[in-house]
Amino acid sequence: MPLLKNNAFITDSWLHLGAEDALPEGGNVTIPFSRLKNEWESLAKFPGQLGAVLSNTDHAEDVAHFLPHLALVVLPFPAFVDGRAYSIARQIRLLGYRGELRATGNILPDQFQYMAQVGFSSFEVSERFPLESWQQASKQMSLAYQRGLYRRVGEAEVWSERHADTAPEPTPWEEQPHAG
Amino acid sequence: MYRYDEFDHQFVQERTAQFRDQANRRLSGALTEDEFRPLRLMNGLYLQLHAYMLRVAIPYGTLSSKQMRQLAYIADKWDRGYGHFTTRQNIQYNWIKLEDTADILAALAEVEMHAIQTSGNCIRNVTTDHWAGAAADEIADPRPVGELLRQWSSLHPEFSYLPRKFKIAVTGAPNDRAAVKVHDIGLRLHRNDAGAIGWEVMVGGGQGRTPMIAVTVRDFLPEKELVAYIEAIMRVYNLYGRRDNKFKARIKILVHEIGAEKFKAEVEAEYERRPEQTTHVEEKELQRIAAYFAPPAFEKLSRFSPAFEEAKLLHPGFARWARNNLAAHRVDGYTIVNISLKPEGGIPGDATSDQMRLMAELAERYSHDELRVSHPQNIILPHVKKDDALAIWQALVPAELATANYGLAGDIIACPGMDYCSLATARSIPISQAISRKFADLDVQEKIGPVKINISGCINACGHHHVGHIGILGLDKKGEEFYQITLGGSSAENASIGSILGPGFAGHEVADAIEKILTTYVKLRQPGEEFLYAYRRLGPQPFKEALYAAA
Repeated sequence: MPLLKNNAFITDSWLHLGAEDALPEGGNVTIPFSRLKNEWESLAKFPGQLGAVLSNTDHAEDVAHFLPHLALVVLPFPAFVDGRAYSIARQIRLLGYRGELRATGNILPDQFQYMAQVGFSSFEVSERFPLESWQQASKQMSLAYQRGLYRRVGEAEVWSERHADTAPEPTPWEEQPHAG
Repeated sequence: MYRYDEFDHQFVQERTAQFRDQANRRLSGALTEDEFRPLRLMNGLYLQLHAYMLRVAIPYGTLSSKQMRQLAYIADKWDRGYGHFTTRQNIQYNWIKLEDTADILAALAEVEMHAIQTSGNCIRNVTTDHWAGAAADEIADPRPVGELLRQWSSLHPEFSYLPRKFKIAVTGAPNDRAAVKVHDIGLRLHRNDAGAIGWEVMVGGGQGRTPMIAVTVRDFLPEKELVAYIEAIMRVYNLYGRRDNKFKARIKILVHEIGAEKFKAEVEAEYERRPEQTTHVEEKELQRIAAYFAPPAFEKLSRFSPAFEEAKLLHPGFARWARNNLAAHRVDGYTIVNISLKPEGGIPGDATSDQMRLMAELAERYSHDELRVSHPQNIILPHVKKDDALAIWQALVPAELATANYGLAGDIIACPGMDYCSLATARSIPISQAISRKFADLDVQEKIGPVKINISGCINACGHHHVGHIGILGLDKKGEEFYQITLGGSSAENASIGSILGPGFAGHEVADAIEKILTTYVKLRQPGEEFLYAYRRLGPQPFKEALYAAA
């Protein structure tokens, strides 16, 4: 499955381990979150980068403790109409996580911009859609009324624009020009 | 009235372009129907029994004359010359083509309207008191909060794929005309002992197959915190609302299953974690919006209008209409005109394009260019001089818009039922028509007094039968339509869910049954006692005897 990041298809540099798979010597590996919790004592000594694969019923506050040690968090959309991961993504960003946040599962272009706005930064997508359909989808709306969303160049928060004199400086996590 | 600024205009234009692209991709086959479905629903487009149905948002039920004329234009150009006003203050068109929809959305955008989130598992059009800004009992106009929430909820990236639909209603008056206790979130403005105003936040009300009255999660929330607090409620719901069974997916089930206290604790914990601790922007935005809702330039008039009193003496028909269809305005010399969309034998909530244009013209001439759509499916001219009431009535009579049954037995709420809806198990419209014919004599209706009769054509309860003083639910029993009657429901500040009276009736028996119930009430009531209170005092027994006692 192509991996979409920063407006391009890239090669996934991560090794995704299951519940039983042996750890490699180093490199980038993701671990299912339940295993990460159980084996944290040994995993904390892993010489490479660690990522966690969550389910959309995991609680952000349970993940909070591990976030400073993670370089990738993977959140699934089992069906594109199952919107739980949007809220978990926002919570994880609000907890201060700045690393890669990856959406997997049933990802479609018409939900892509929402995912970017809540903080997803990479997307495991289906071969069905060419790169330009993602590039188009990422520009569907240039305005949002809600505050505190992730934005890219050319996107504006309506309320903050209207009240630029009172709006506080955007907090750093809003500014990262990473998504899509 | 609220007016779009450059941002709002750009927003609806981009949204229209987005939908045009989505519809084209569907027509070309690039999108599957499963993928397109939630996208079209979030633009108000349903696939019904015979055609597509487009539901257009009328935020908090407020329309200008220009907007009403555009609705008439759409009815003529792309539908069959009429529209249907709904219980959530929207309008639906029943005969729409997918290919035309983007053009209709563009026509709406021209007059600062849209169909965003009138369907789908997202936050729906925010509704409010249809007499907002005019009612004599109002503490403050709730529409600025309605507009604030409209903007905040529009294309909310986090809350567009909720477990189920989500409805918010707002009232600024103690007499609740917005049914806030049977909404997913209900907001009620009130004053504390110090005279300050704040909002009671209620969660988990609803109808459908599991009717529930909302529970209060905050008694007195400062206005500037509304957005952040509701955001916390939405996040808790989005994370924990059930997704395994669509019939158990509304927030009321979550509140019920985990308990009000636990739910409240979850919301408060989420609220504590909110990213923006300051609310300066929300306060400024609310002030900006509120300026648009400044009262119109009312004239200084005497409370007593000799012309109005004289007209009532001269025209008995006008006197009756004035008695039933006018309501107290907060400003002396003014009145609220309630135009009934419930003529005898008509379809509740339907209006032709000619009727829409006439109401637009009357609003322009006599009501500071404003109209409202009400939750009970009528149209309101909110700011009318009593001196002008006769002229309005005279214009309404030939257009069949002067039925003097506002709030009476003929003022029935009904869903479209099996005549249009693909979910319905029985017809609603013919039942409504039969009842309105049964009570065609307005003397009889006036003698009975205020009563709310609500009809739903299936268990989803779009006709609000649970909260009708008299509720009628159409079901299917082995291929035959039959109708259950419930009594004692209310959607007002004294909200309650009605109780089933006994075995159901065949369609042709319903109107007679309603007549027996109301005859029994008239016989047993105390002086001045309205139906709902008489039922609460008497209980179901006398009504059961009247309906089911062996002949």
